Amino acid sequence: MRKHLPALLLAAALLVLWQIIAGIIDAAYILPSPTQICVRLWELREPLFLVHLPATMSVTGLGLLISIVLGVLLAVAMDWNPHIERALYPVIVASQTIPTTAIAPLFILWFGYSIWSKVLVTILITFFPIAITVFDGFKATKREMEELLLTYGASKREVFFKLKLPTALPNFFSAIKMAIPMSVIGAAIAEWLGAQEGLGYFSKRMMTQLDGAGVFAPVVLLSVAAMIAVGIVTVLEYKCIHWRKEI
Amino acid sequence: MLRFENVSFRYAEDDFSMMEHLNFQVEDGEFATIIGASGCGKSTIFRLINGLEKLQQGRILVDERPVQELKNYSAFMPQKDLLFPWRTIEKNICLPMELAKTPKAEQEAKCKEVLEQVGLLAYAKKYPKDLSGGMKQRVAFARTLLSGADLLLLDEPFSALDYLTRVDMQEWLLHQWEHYHKTILFITHDVEEAVFLSKTIFIIQDRPFSKMERVEVPLPYPRNREDLKRPEIVELKEQLIEKLRRSVSL
Ligand SMILES: Nc1ncnc2c1ncn2[C@@H]1O[C@H](COP(=O)(O)OP(=O)(O)O)[C@@H](O)[C@H]1O
Ligand SMILES: [Mg+2]
Repeated sequence: MRKHLPALLLAAALLVLWQIIAGIIDAAYILPSPTQICVRLWELREPLFLVHLPATMSVTGLGLLISIVLGVLLAVAMDWNPHIERALYPVIVASQTIPTTAIAPLFILWFGYSIWSKVLVTILITFFPIAITVFDGFKATKREMEELLLTYGASKREVFFKLKLPTALPNFFSAIKMAIPMSVIGAAIAEWLGAQEGLGYFSKRMMTQLDGAGVFAPVVLLSVAAMIAVGIVTVLEYKCIHWRKEI
Repeated sequence: MLRFENVSFRYAEDDFSMMEHLNFQVEDGEFATIIGASGCGKSTIFRLINGLEKLQQGRILVDERPVQELKNYSAFMPQKDLLFPWRTIEKNICLPMELAKTPKAEQEAKCKEVLEQVGLLAYAKKYPKDLSGGMKQRVAFARTLLSGADLLLLDEPFSALDYLTRVDMQEWLLHQWEHYHKTILFITHDVEEAVFLSKTIFIIQDRPFSKMERVEVPLPYPRNREDLKRPEIVELKEQLIEKLRRSVSL
């Protein structure tokens, strides 16, 4: 707790500053104050928590799950066969420069307002970073360790399961922690573009009503959800990688 | 036991040979050491024995059979302990047996026995991060032992340790060698270490090299540090250092 004190103090100070500035501007449709947002969050609790949060979370969860499975599979394939690596790795790195959110409307066009258009945006945003990070984890395998296993007569498969997989585990967790906020952003943007439910959609609807606090409330909810998810993964990581010296 | 016959080798990246028509032999149960300046090809000899580099010319025989036909004939211990940080000490030691599909019960029994012998039974469930450098090398040695091979290839196993720990480990290693009756081929660039440990010393002086000068250390086992002060041993050390210095300046 001690360690986090400065950060907590800074956050509190910023909130107070925000509250004061919002009070001076005194126009909730431009800049709602933190307290106004909290009040609105409470007033809107039923639609937010019962309808829109679950909708967004299912898009995020589904997209993230598919991304992790596909990303890890792709990383394994690239690690397995250098030809696949040489063909795919540069393409993946280059594809990172494409503004995925800009082509998101296309998916709405193709898949309509169904959950899949949003899931696809989420996958597209998170899939490649996961694949690259996990792949880099495999590549971080120490060559001497691999050779030692070979002198014990290990097969390629055994080298993978006994050495590469554990080596890449820290990267795997980093990838997930990085992908969680990205997937939330992806889902919210996709909902903003076209949906009938979800926090992104809700935020947009409040916007059209010039309800500033109402725009912020779902955003706050999204942030908190992402933070909790990252927190859970961090705990899992700590449990799985307790052998690490640095922790 | 181990014999090189006319072995020549060159790394694909290099435009000169590492060794040419090399012949040498190590007897059963012997403690033999290879010394030479760093980069002269000592580790390459090990890589050829354990098959990490493909033999280009000549033959390497263990018990009169080419190594290509054999399995599990040598056990390699590198300079760095290379313990897997996510495995407990016990699991690290079992690794070669795990890969050899040794039954679980046998693995546990052997692991317990060897941990007791190297004096680390209390650390069975700990992780490598909990051990000192010397302890980690003992664990790595135990792991090497349990690969079951009779020929141990130790590549500068103590060179990363501080002086006092290294001296301890040398005595410890001789003790283990006398206990297990294995054949040890040891690499070092430390002349004193070579003299203290080995019965036979091979010296690499040329580049490329086609022979290694063979020197017998005139000391019986068991040995102790005091023996190093004998005049003939001091003399031997001086000679060896002189030879190595001459080879470096080549
Ligand atoms: N895998 C490799 N490919 C190409 N050259 C190598 C390789 N390994 C070692 N060498 C070269 O061969 C030389 C001898 O290496 P090595 O046998 O490791 O020497 P030593 O163990 O005596 O220090 C070094 O100069 C090194 O640059
Ligand atoms: Mg070497």
